[in-house]
Amino acid sequence: MAAHLKKRVYEEFTKVVQQQHEDLSTKKLRLTKPSKSAALHVDLCKATSPADALQYLLQFTRKPVEVESVEGVVRILLEHYYKENDASVRLKIASLLGLLSKTAGFSPDCIMDDAINTLQNEKSHQVLAQLLDTLLVIGTKLTENPPVRVRLVEVACKHLTDSSHGVRNKCLQLIGCLGPVEKSLAKEGENQAAKDVQKIIGDHFNDQDPRVRTAAIKAMLQLHERGLKLHQTIYSQACKLLADDYEQVRSAAVQLIWVLSQLYPESIVPIPSSNEEIRLVDDAFGKICHMVSDGSWVVRVQAAKLLGSMQQVSSHFLEQTLDKKLMSDLRRKRTAHERAKELYSSGEFSSGRKWGDDAPKEEVDTGAVNLIESGACGAFVHGLEDEMYEVRIAAVEALCMLAQSSPSFAEKCLDFLVDMFNDEIEEVRLQSIHTMRKISNNITLREDQLDTVLAVLEDSSRDIREALHELLCCTNVSTKEGIHLALVELLKNLTKYPTDRESIWKCLKFLGSRHPTLVLPLVPELLSTHPFFDTPEPDMDDPAYIAVLVLIFNAAKSCPTMPALFSDHTFRHYAYLRDSLSHLVPPLRLPGRKLVSSPVSTNITPHEDPSQQFLHQSLERVYNLQHLDPQGIQELLEFTIRDLQRLGELQSELAGMADFTATYLRCQLLLIKALQEKLWNVAAPLYLKQNALASAAAKQILEETYKMEFMYSGVESRQVVIIHHMRLQAKALQLIVTARTTRGVEPLFGMCEKFLQEVDSFQRCFITELPHMQGSFVDKLLDLMPRLVTSKPSEVVKILQTTLRQSTFLHLPLPEQLHRATANIIEPTGESDNPLRFTSGLVVALDVDATLEHVQDPQGTVKVQVLYPDGQAQLIHPKPADFRNPGPGRHRLITQVYLSHTAWTEPCQIEVRLLLAYNSNRSKASAKVSKSAWSENLEALPPPENGIEGTIPFSKPVKVYIMPKPARR
Amino acid sequence: FPEVSCPSSLSPGAGQDVGRSCILVSIAGKNVMLDCGMHMGYNDDRRFPDFSYITQNGRLTDFLDCVIISHFHLDHCGALPYFSEMVGYDGPIYMTHPTKAICPILLEDYRKITVDKKGETNFFTSQMIKDCMKKVVAVHLHQTVQVDEELEIKAYYAGHVLGAAMFQIKVGCESVVYTGDYNMTPDRHLGAAWIDKCRPDLLITESTYATTIRDSKRCRERDFLKKVHETVERGGKVLIPVFALGRAQELCILLETFWERMNLKAPIYFSTGLTEKANHYYKLFITWTNQKIRKTFVQRNMFEFKHIKAFDRAFADNPGPMVVFATPGMLHAGQSLQIFRKWAGNEKNMVIMPGYCVQGTVGHKILSGQRKLEMEGRQILEVKMQVEYMSFSAHADAKGIMQLIRQAEPRNVLLVHGEAKKMEFLKQKIEQEFHVSCYMPANGETTTIFTNPSIPVDISLGLLKRETAIGLLPDAKKPKLMHGTLMMKDNSFRLVSPEQALKELGLAEHQLRFTCRVHIQDPRKEHETVLRVYNHLKGQDYSVQHLPDGSITVESILIQATAHSEDQGTKVLLVSWTYQDEELGSYLTSLLKKGLPQSTS
Repeated sequence: MAAHLKKRVYEEFTKVVQQQHEDLSTKKLRLTKPSKSAALHVDLCKATSPADALQYLLQFTRKPVEVESVEGVVRILLEHYYKENDASVRLKIASLLGLLSKTAGFSPDCIMDDAINTLQNEKSHQVLAQLLDTLLVIGTKLTENPPVRVRLVEVACKHLTDSSHGVRNKCLQLIGCLGPVEKSLAKEGENQAAKDVQKIIGDHFNDQDPRVRTAAIKAMLQLHERGLKLHQTIYSQACKLLADDYEQVRSAAVQLIWVLSQLYPESIVPIPSSNEEIRLVDDAFGKICHMVSDGSWVVRVQAAKLLGSMQQVSSHFLEQTLDKKLMSDLRRKRTAHERAKELYSSGEFSSGRKWGDDAPKEEVDTGAVNLIESGACGAFVHGLEDEMYEVRIAAVEALCMLAQSSPSFAEKCLDFLVDMFNDEIEEVRLQSIHTMRKISNNITLREDQLDTVLAVLEDSSRDIREALHELLCCTNVSTKEGIHLALVELLKNLTKYPTDRESIWKCLKFLGSRHPTLVLPLVPELLSTHPFFDTPEPDMDDPAYIAVLVLIFNAAKSCPTMPALFSDHTFRHYAYLRDSLSHLVPPLRLPGRKLVSSPVSTNITPHEDPSQQFLHQSLERVYNLQHLDPQGIQELLEFTIRDLQRLGELQSELAGMADFTATYLRCQLLLIKALQEKLWNVAAPLYLKQNALASAAAKQILEETYKMEFMYSGVESRQVVIIHHMRLQAKALQLIVTARTTRGVEPLFGMCEKFLQEVDSFQRCFITELPHMQGSFVDKLLDLMPRLVTSKPSEVVKILQTTLRQSTFLHLPLPEQLHRATANIIEPTGESDNPLRFTSGLVVALDVDATLEHVQDPQGTVKVQVLYPDGQAQLIHPKPADFRNPGPGRHRLITQVYLSHTAWTEPCQIEVRLLLAYNSNRSKASAKVSKSAWSENLEALPPPENGIEGTIPFSKPVKVYIMPKPARR
Repeated sequence: FPEVSCPSSLSPGAGQDVGRSCILVSIAGKNVMLDCGMHMGYNDDRRFPDFSYITQNGRLTDFLDCVIISHFHLDHCGALPYFSEMVGYDGPIYMTHPTKAICPILLEDYRKITVDKKGETNFFTSQMIKDCMKKVVAVHLHQTVQVDEELEIKAYYAGHVLGAAMFQIKVGCESVVYTGDYNMTPDRHLGAAWIDKCRPDLLITESTYATTIRDSKRCRERDFLKKVHETVERGGKVLIPVFALGRAQELCILLETFWERMNLKAPIYFSTGLTEKANHYYKLFITWTNQKIRKTFVQRNMFEFKHIKAFDRAFADNPGPMVVFATPGMLHAGQSLQIFRKWAGNEKNMVIMPGYCVQGTVGHKILSGQRKLEMEGRQILEVKMQVEYMSFSAHADAKGIMQLIRQAEPRNVLLVHGEAKKMEFLKQKIEQEFHVSCYMPANGETTTIFTNPSIPVDISLGLLKRETAIGLLPDAKKPKLMHGTLMMKDNSFRLVSPEQALKELGLAEHQLRFTCRVHIQDPRKEHETVLRVYNHLKGQDYSVQHLPDGSITVESILIQATAHSEDQGTKVLLVSWTYQDEELGSYLTSLLKKGLPQSTS
């Protein structure tokens, strides 16, 4: 079905291309039109042999044909068609007809009759099939014309008796695509053909050719997709097809059965060879389950996938899929899962293995053992053990979907999912961990299951470990031993892979807050406190200790008795962690500890509100100061920026917002500072030093505006206007400064013109936003525009200077969500003292592992920069496949950077950092413009800013010690 | 009609016994020997099949058309050099490429143990193994090999060990599939057995686990790893007796990946050079392994072990934990038995039996719970070490066997290589679920199966087209009636049109015509009667014509009416038809006999 959709999209896509083609060649159209069909005609008449004619036709196919000339060309082709004796040429003509009728804008009803006529006398099966294909194209173009469709379906029905599979194939396809769907139409019963399309197609379910059988099923599915309600009678026919010899038939039949089971879930079907009856959906489920052990893996994948979407199946059947009766020497044997469960429920935790605990128990009644069950028995057991990992993944996915809708099934499938954690293929392991996470609301892990889960923490693959941490975040553990076990294993994981630190802390945070009562009895042990003796204070920088504290503090949040168990240093550590890792350590109510309780306990209300309030208040304050003295403005701005920065550090949720506004205010501050220079009025060349300051400010503002535009996700067009406005001001400042510093007018001409162009494009881009910008720089500038255009550069500069000074400063509205793009290079750590040695002239691969947050389209924008000590810089574009997407807004970059250099005498450090590349053309504003009315006079105007490309460093640089050795001779 | 008579399992061959496989199949006059195994439990004559059984006198080469070896385990190929060199057989021997590569290594090892260690004489020599191997023809999977003009064989993947194959043997339209040992669930190094819907007349399948349905392999693997891990952590030694090839490689890969994941340090050893040679072949025949190994071998060949080292005899006395894989698998001789003797006394140690043990071997004894063993020289060995049994042997369980039968859709099933009691159960199940007959011959017994072969007949295209044009569409599922003449001439069958048959035989055509008189009470005149008859028949679906001479034709049937000579009130209708129109003619007659309807006209 998806394939079909894709095909449709693709078809439409090709149409669009052709249309563009026409548009571009409008001028030539009239010139070539008469010659097009005529030339073809001449060519075809000239052709002496079929091979020649074929050549001409092939050449003809390469060129596009305009809408106007299509009909003429078709006529000529048809004319030639009747004359042609060679089947291959006729075939080509038939295919050309199809291609031509696809031409956008051409309505093929005028050629339909001719096309149908050609069918009459055609002997070659291949040509016949091709002609039917052409009719299909025509039919799909004329879907709104019911009589045409009826007629085409009739034609198709007539040819269904053809002896060639190709022809029958196409006929069925045609019926599937064009057969009447509406009930009303069928009732009118215009003719035999239209009345019962389903029966006609159904008759071909046992055609002798497997390809035709497949086509028949596909046509049926197509009808279903188009909205026809299939008859339930088809079900029994489809069931027979499941035993077909050919895999494509079986695969299509599985789909058909699935469709029917969704249509008639509740109707009752009899079980063959017994008097019982069951619901259709259950029966279908059983049948599809059976196909999970089919001989062809294509069918197996198909079946396993479909199982997941059968939600209405009764739980009794569902649970059978996980059931496999074991026996040994005809005696019933319990599965390892059952044994593990029993061991657990009997309260025996130590795995004191008894001799022969898997010994077979009771005798099995030989008559009752069904070796090939007709039901759903063990379908998933088979699917999960399949040879092909595609099948296993499909089975895991299906398991996930079914478990999400049925808690009892979720509980049952747990054992199997846990088993999949040890699959040999990483993808399968990962998939099953994710699945488990998704269903974790419905389940509680038993200790032995937890044990198996935790064993995977030692996996060397980072993805697996992190997925597992995520899983543990939302798992329910039943006992305190379980928590302890999890903690121990996580700490083991931490010592083995220190880079997992953050992820493990986060995991423990959730583990703690979910199981406060289970953590409580563990606290003394975890903190190693002793009732009588003081124990040494643990090292505060130890990540393992922090991990333990994170667990305890999060548990303590909802367990008020816990803090009583803390020793003194724990409280101190709490204060420290609350400040340094505020996202991991929650505020606690600590009775009698004033030091800690005072700042936190008063703030029981959700903490966002006051800080958000604070943010808005400080902004409000800034925006209100229109008429203060410059000194005061500057000071206030400086304070506010400082406040915002601190706020951003404290409140990670507001960091993006605070940073964004701080940057904006900084720009404003710089602008004000630059404009407040007392010496503006003095003859410029004498004050070069001051000008240097102003131009530096202009430059910095420009940089900051690019950062604001491209480094934050969630920026809306309202903000973009302000940013662009600020940039415009910076450019004006630049212009003024240049005007003051340079002698002569010539360079100014160009600059002025460019600036005015920019103003112009700004106006065009943000025409809708202009009303909100009253009193701003650009508002005033636009009022003066007519004057500016006509005046000399020096005057322009003067005007700019005054407007810049007079303009008020714009209120920056804040969007709902604003996040700053951040990157953190995890590897290389930059701590190694061992230089990476390699022979000069050769390359060495450096593994780079980084996490990116809130980066849009990382594949296109994130680059790696390597700075060598000699100042040489290298920009590396990572492959798209190097980016993974572990969660919304988060990305992982795991790539290799190739380094090379000539020989050095001693090791030295290079810097590696991540850059965010931007291109101002790609910005939201210009994207909007190119779509709007402006595109009409594309050639007349240059693009607003000729695609300024640049990069913003957005990660801390990491130093890597390297040593290229001279090559040995 | 020809019959498939098969298989006479050779005295005491594979029949109802696990140990040595050797089956003789006669199919449409061709004799094929399937496998040529030895018995591990015996050290005397009984270890080899009794080949004199095949032909009382006369050469084997004349009698047998070919020999097929399914895989390299000694119970399937151990007697091959004896058979070909000592008994004398010069015909072709078929096996897959990996089997051909690995088989001689095992045979040589086996020879060394029996001759060099036990000092037996009258055993095959190294040269004999080499000569025997020269007679081997290697086949690819799914390659159809023409043994002679009529006999062809084809190999399918069996997944039991590297290179294990199932063979389809086909003569004309009769076919037999021999599974050898196979495994329907994939493991760490091999895929699952697979066969297409070849619908053989007979499926000969092994039935080692006829009454067992096994737990999922993941649990088994986890159990195994847990047991090994616990013992090693306790400081104990783990002995895993294996056949040098097959399970050993699977377990190696399992332990190797586990060791790597868990970062364990305890050494793993694999006994002797035999493995190195064999491992070499495992590395080479990557295409025969499972999906995972096939896909990752570009980065790293999974058979290049990092943690597993070669074993030296002296290591057995080293202190500290270790894991040792040692041959042979049933603890009946060789290194595994030596190590077992050394370690048996310590309860910290453990022996894991990963496969089936034949009766009479030490392995079988300790598995059945015997704690005191009598060794050679009247020594009594007390077994204190833990004995674990992990079913890692790669045979299909009852479900797997049923699954294979479902895939292949045979008309008859024959069970071999299993225990009689268990086979009885499976036989009953197969008959019940698939409604095919199932056989289970004892050793030395011959089973004959009658087939219902389809006989191909040539038909000329013209006749076929003409006949299919009549009636509905051709339907593959339903038999279709055709008119023609079957000619049997020069050992070939042809279906031709009657005209051509007459022409070829030089015979004149005779026409057979039936006439029938029907009396009708009708006082009217003749032509009126005719008109009434005409009106009566017109309603039918046939083309009815009223001819000017007063007669009626229905298709080609002629109807005439005359007045009765005596009674003018009675009209006699003469109905006449040819033999070809018999159906229609008799129908019309019966219709007319019912009389004409009282017409109003």
